[in-house]
Amino acid sequence: MDLYEYQAKELFAAHGVPVLPGTVVTTPEEARAAAEQLGQTVVVKAQVKTGGRGKAGGVKLADNPDEAQAKAEAILGLDIKGHVVRRVLVTPASDIAEEYYFSFLLDRANRTFLAMASAEGGVEIEQLAVERPEALAKIAIDPLAGVDLTKAREIVTAARFPAEVAEQAAEVIVKLWDTFVAEDATLVEVNPLVRDPRDQVVALDGKVTLDDNASFRHPGHAALVDQGAEDPLEAAAKAKDLNYVKLDGQVGIIGNGAGLVMSTLDVVAYAGEEFGGVKPANFLDIGGGASAEVMANGLEIILSDPDVRSVFVNVFGGITACDAVANGIVQAFQLLNSRGDEVNRPIVVRLDGNNAVEGRKILTDAALPGLQQVDTMDNAARVAAQLAAQGA
Amino acid sequence: MAIFLNENSKIIVQGMTGSEGTRHTRRMLRAGSNVVGGVTPGKGGKSADFSDVRSGLFLPVYNSVGEAMAATGADVTVVFVPPRFAKTAVVEAIDAGIGLAVVITEGIPVHDTASFWAHACATGNKTRIIGPNCPGVISPGKSNAGIIPADITGPGRIGLVSKSGTLTYQLMYELRDIGFSSAVGIGGDPVIGTTHIDALAAFQDDPETELIVMIGEIGGDAEERAAAYIRDNVTKPVVGYVAGFTAPEGKTMGHAGAIVSGSSGTAAAKKDALEAAGVRVGKTPSETAELARSLVRA
Repeated sequence: MDLYEYQAKELFAAHGVPVLPGTVVTTPEEARAAAEQLGQTVVVKAQVKTGGRGKAGGVKLADNPDEAQAKAEAILGLDIKGHVVRRVLVTPASDIAEEYYFSFLLDRANRTFLAMASAEGGVEIEQLAVERPEALAKIAIDPLAGVDLTKAREIVTAARFPAEVAEQAAEVIVKLWDTFVAEDATLVEVNPLVRDPRDQVVALDGKVTLDDNASFRHPGHAALVDQGAEDPLEAAAKAKDLNYVKLDGQVGIIGNGAGLVMSTLDVVAYAGEEFGGVKPANFLDIGGGASAEVMANGLEIILSDPDVRSVFVNVFGGITACDAVANGIVQAFQLLNSRGDEVNRPIVVRLDGNNAVEGRKILTDAALPGLQQVDTMDNAARVAAQLAAQGA
Repeated sequence: MAIFLNENSKIIVQGMTGSEGTRHTRRMLRAGSNVVGGVTPGKGGKSADFSDVRSGLFLPVYNSVGEAMAATGADVTVVFVPPRFAKTAVVEAIDAGIGLAVVITEGIPVHDTASFWAHACATGNKTRIIGPNCPGVISPGKSNAGIIPADITGPGRIGLVSKSGTLTYQLMYELRDIGFSSAVGIGGDPVIGTTHIDALAAFQDDPETELIVMIGEIGGDAEERAAAYIRDNVTKPVVGYVAGFTAPEGKTMGHAGAIVSGSSGTAAAKKDALEAAGVRVGKTPSETAELARSLVRA
C-alpha cells in the first residue's frame, strides 16, 4: 500500500523524524482556516499517490489565508496523471538552504535493502540516476545488522552531504530506518530532505510503501487505506476477500492462481486483436478453494461491471478439483438467481487437470443458460473475445 | 539425477500437524515421497496418523528440525508454517543445516524473508531455500516436496522453472507425453531463495534434462538476469513464457512480487531480453509447449 505524503509524514513524526507541522483538508474553506492558524506563508500541496505534483500545478505557495483558499480551490479536483486530488496538505513554507535526496528500499535483485542518498535533492531521482549516477550513493543494508549511527555516517559520507549537517542527517537516517523496519515498509523516500537556514535537517516530503503481507502485525495500518479513492468494484471485491483488479476491457476473467490468471488476460488480449481490440475487463484469482460462494461472489463482482460483455472462467485443476469448481459454478448460478441477480452475459468455461472429465460432465448436465465449454485455453479465449465483440 | 530432489531425499514437514500440512503430507506420501516425520514445536513425541495412505503408517513429530534430522536423517524440509511464524521456522531449518528448505507459505512479510535470506547467507548458504510463496519442487517418479500435483505427468526430459504454480501445472499438462526431469516453482514473492538462474544452472548440469522451460512474470528483473545467464552459460535449448503483458502499472497482480513499477518489470522487457539471449518465447502457454515439443529430440 502506498501512502499519501501526509500519512508518510505522520509515520515519520511518530518515529522522531523531523517534519513540518501541517493540516490535511478537503475544502478551500478548511485550507483558509489552516493557513490562518499557521499565521505565515504556507504551501498548499496536492495529496496524490504519484510523482510530478509540482509540474502539474499541484503545489502552490500562499502568502495569506485568502490566497490559501484560492490555491486550494485550484488544486482540489485537479487530475494529476489519472489521480484526482481530493485533499491538500497546508504546511508552513520553509526557507530552504539546500535540498538532498534520501531513501531506503527493497533491492529485489540482491535480496536485501538499499539506501540511496544524494546531496543533490529535489530532482527526479530516476533522472539523476541515469544522468549523473556518480551523484547518487547506493549502499546495501544488511537486514540483520540494520542501520546504526556508524552505518548512517557511512551513507552520509558516500552521498557527500555537507559537514555542517552530516551528523544531524545521520541521526535522521537512523530514524528513517526505524520507520522502515518498525512499519514493515518496502520504501521510505524523502525528496527533498532539506537543510534550512538555521542548519536544521527536515523531511519536507515523504513517500512510504507498506508491505500488505505484514498487515497482521500492524492493525493500525488498516486506517491508512483511503477507501474513497478505491475503485468501487475493487473495494467490493476486497470486502469479499477476492483478489481482484479492475481493468478497462470487456471480457470478465475468473481463474485460479496468479500466474494463470495473468496469462489468461494476455491470451484474451491476443485473441481480442482479431475482434476489434477486445480486452480483459479484470484480474480475478479465486485461488485454490473455488467454493460455490467464492465463485458466486466472483461472478457477482464481474457481472456488476457494466463494461463486461462476456465472462471467461479459466481453471486448471491442480490441487483444486474441477468437479468442485463445476459444482461451484452451478451453485453460483443458483445463488445469484436467489439474490435476484440474473447471469445475463455469456460465460465460457475451460476446465483442465484434476477431475476435468467429471467437472465438464457436471456443467454439461446442468445445461446452464448462456454457458458453454471450450476445450483449450487459447480456443476458449477466442470464443470469449468473439462473444464480447458481438455483445458490444 | 533430476535437480534439488531425488529418490533418496528424506523429507520432513514443518507444520505437519496443521490442516494444510496434514493434507499435503498425505499428498506427498501418495506421490511416493519419502516423508519421514514432521516438526511442530511443543508436539514432539507424538505421532501423526497417515494409516489411510499406507496401513500402519504413523509419522513421528519432533519439536525441532535439529531433532528430526538427528532421528531420521532428513535432508529436506517443506515449510507450511503460517506467515507469522514462518521466519522462525526457516531460521531454525537453516541453523539445523538441512540441505533444502521448501517454503510453501504465502504471505510472509518481505522483511522476514529478507531476514532469513540474510541469515542463510551469513551462515554459509548451507541450506538451499526454495520459495517462499511457491508450490515446491517435483522430480516425477522420484519425489515430490511441496504441493505440485504428482499425477499431471511422469518422468521425462524437460526441466521447468517457474514463478507461478498454476502455469507450472498447465505446462506440465501440455507436455505430459514427454515428461519432466524436475519442475521447480520458485515463487512469486519479491524476495525468493532459489532463482531462475540457480535452477537453470542445475538443469544445465543435469544429464537427464534435455530442454528447459522457463516461466516468468512481471515484476523485478529476474528474467532479464536469467536471460544474460542463459546467453553466457546455458547450451541446452531454453523455451520461455512471460505472463502479465496486460497488467497495468502500479497494481499487484495476485503475487506480492508481480507488479510493474514505473517502466521497470514489464513483460515486454523480459520477453525482449530472453529473445535477445536466443530463448524462444511463446505467446501463450500452449504455444510455449509447442515450441518445447519442436525442440525436444524425437
